Amino acid sequence: MALLEVHGVSKSFRGLRAVHEASFDIPEGSINALIGPNGAGKTTIFNMIAGVYAPDGGTIHFQGKAIHGLRPDQVCVAGIGRTFQIVKPFAGLSVLDNVVVGALLRERSARAARRISLDILEKLHLGPKRDLPASSLTLPDRKRLEVARALATRPKLLLLDEAMAGLRPTECDQMIEVFRRLNVAEGLTILLIEHVMRAVMALAQHIGVLRHGEVIARGKPEEIVRDPAVLECYLGEETEV
Amino acid sequence: MRRATAGLALLAALLAVLPAFARGYALSVATLILYFAYTGQAWNVMMGFAGQLSLGHSLYVGVGAYAAGALFFHYGIGPWAGLWVAILLCVALGLLVGFLAFRFGISGVYFALLTIAFAEFTRIGFDHLDWIGGPAGMFLRVAQRDTWDLANFRGPPVMYYYAMLFLTAGAFALCSFLLKSKAGYYWLAIRENEEAAQALGINTFAWKMLAVAVSSAMTAVAGVFFAFYYNNLFPEQIFHISRSIEIILGPIIGGIGTLFGPILGAAVLTLLSDGITELLGALGWELPGIKQVFYGIVLLIVIVFLPHGIWPGLARKLRLDR
Repeated sequence: MALLEVHGVSKSFRGLRAVHEASFDIPEGSINALIGPNGAGKTTIFNMIAGVYAPDGGTIHFQGKAIHGLRPDQVCVAGIGRTFQIVKPFAGLSVLDNVVVGALLRERSARAARRISLDILEKLHLGPKRDLPASSLTLPDRKRLEVARALATRPKLLLLDEAMAGLRPTECDQMIEVFRRLNVAEGLTILLIEHVMRAVMALAQHIGVLRHGEVIARGKPEEIVRDPAVLECYLGEETEV
Repeated sequence: MRRATAGLALLAALLAVLPAFARGYALSVATLILYFAYTGQAWNVMMGFAGQLSLGHSLYVGVGAYAAGALFFHYGIGPWAGLWVAILLCVALGLLVGFLAFRFGISGVYFALLTIAFAEFTRIGFDHLDWIGGPAGMFLRVAQRDTWDLANFRGPPVMYYYAMLFLTAGAFALCSFLLKSKAGYYWLAIRENEEAAQALGINTFAWKMLAVAVSSAMTAVAGVFFAFYYNNLFPEQIFHISRSIEIILGPIIGGIGTLFGPILGAAVLTLLSDGITELLGALGWELPGIKQVFYGIVLLIVIVFLPHGIWPGLARKLRLDR
C-alpha cells in the first residue's frame, strides 16, 4: 500500500476544468515530483491533497484513510505538512516562534516545542536568525522558514509547493541537500511541485507529468525525459536537462 | 525581562498604597483608569492576540451589568451569584456572534460591523424591555457607603478601587499566562496569517471561538462591577457605540497585542481627558465640544507618530523588552 493514493480526482472552477481524473501513488519513503506547464493543474492537485479544496470527484487516501474533503488543519493532523508557493510567514513573530507554532501540534508544552524547533532551525541553517522577526528575512530564508514550520508538525509526507522558485543555484543546491538528508535520515516522504528542473532531476525518484489537468506520463526521471509526449508538450524541442 | 518584573512589582506596590494618598476625585479617576485598563485587556485578547476586531464590546459590559443588576434589583440576589449568570450570558452571546462570523467566513471590517450590529440590537431591545426599566433605566439601592459589605459588593469608594485593582492584576496575570501557552501562540499565528496557521494543524475556528469566550467572560465581569459601582443603568448609555470605542482606545494608544499597552493607554487617556477638562475650566474656555477636539488632536498625534502605540517604543527605551 502506498503512503498516498490519489485516485481519479477532478476539480473544476466555474466550468473550467482544472484537474481531470488524475491518479498517482506515492510510495512511503520516496521523493516524488509533479511537473507540467503553467496552468496544468499542479497547484490544484496540491491544494486538494492539502485540504484547501474538496475534489469534485475521486478519492485521496493517506495511510489507507480517506482524506479528501478534510479541512487543511485535519490534513496536517493526519500527518501531511505543506509549504506555500507564496510564502506566508507569521511576520510579527520571531523566526523561532514561527516554528514553535508548528511544533505545538505534537508537543504539549511550549518548552518542549521550543527545543524541537531549535533543532529544526539548525537543520535548515536558520539557527543564528532565530530571534529575528520573520518579517526581516530575505526570500531564501523565508522559503527555508516555510519548510522548518512544516517539519515542526512532524509530517510523514511533506508537500513542497515551488520551494526552490526564486532561489539562486547555490541556494537551490543547499535546499536539495536538506531534503535529501531528511529523506534518507528520517524517512520523510516528499512530494514536490517544481518548475526548477535542476531540483526535480536532482531529487525526484518518481515524476508525474500533468497537462491540461491530466496525468500524461509517470515514471523515473530518465524515462520521463525520453518520453515523446512529455518532450512535445512540456520540455519542448530544446531541454536544459 | 528582569527589569520588567521589577518595574511591575514597583507599579503594583504603588497602586496598592495609592488610596492612602488619593481620596475623592483622585481615587475615582484612579478607579476609572483601572476599569479601562481591565476592559482594554479583555478586548485585547480578541483583537491584540487573535486579531478579531470587535467594535461592540459594550454588548458584554451591558449584558453583564444588567444580568447581575436585575437579579439584585428584583430578587435581592447578590453580585457573587449574579456574576456567574452574567459570565454565562455574555459567553453565550459572544459564541453566537463568533459562530455566525467564523462559520460563514466573515472577517475584518465585516466582523467588526457584525459586533456593532449585535450591540445595537441589544441596546434597542433593552430599551423596550420593561422588566429592566426600559429607557427610564434601572436603579440599584444604595444602602451601605461607609462599611465594607463584600457579600453585596457595597462599600466606600476605596473598596471599588481595590476590587478594580484586583481585577486588573488578575487580567494581566491571565493574559501573560495565556500568551506563553499554546493558546497564545495559536492566537498570534491566526492573527498573523490564518491560512498558514490552518496549514500547521490549527483548528482556527475553535481557537477564535475560545478567544471570543475568554474576552466576553472577562468583559462581563467589568459589567457587573459597573452595575454595582454606578448603581444606575440605561440602555442608551451602556450599550452605546461610544462605550465600545472608549474600551478600545486604551489598547490602541498603549499598544495593541501588548500586555502593558491597555494599562498605559488607559492611564494616558483618562488623565488626558480629565486634565483637559481641568485645564479648560481653569482657562475659562467653556466652548461646547472643545474637549473632544483637544482629545481628538492628541489621539491623532499618537496614532501618526506612534502607530504601534506608546508601549513598544517606551519598552525599548527603558530596556524592558530584554
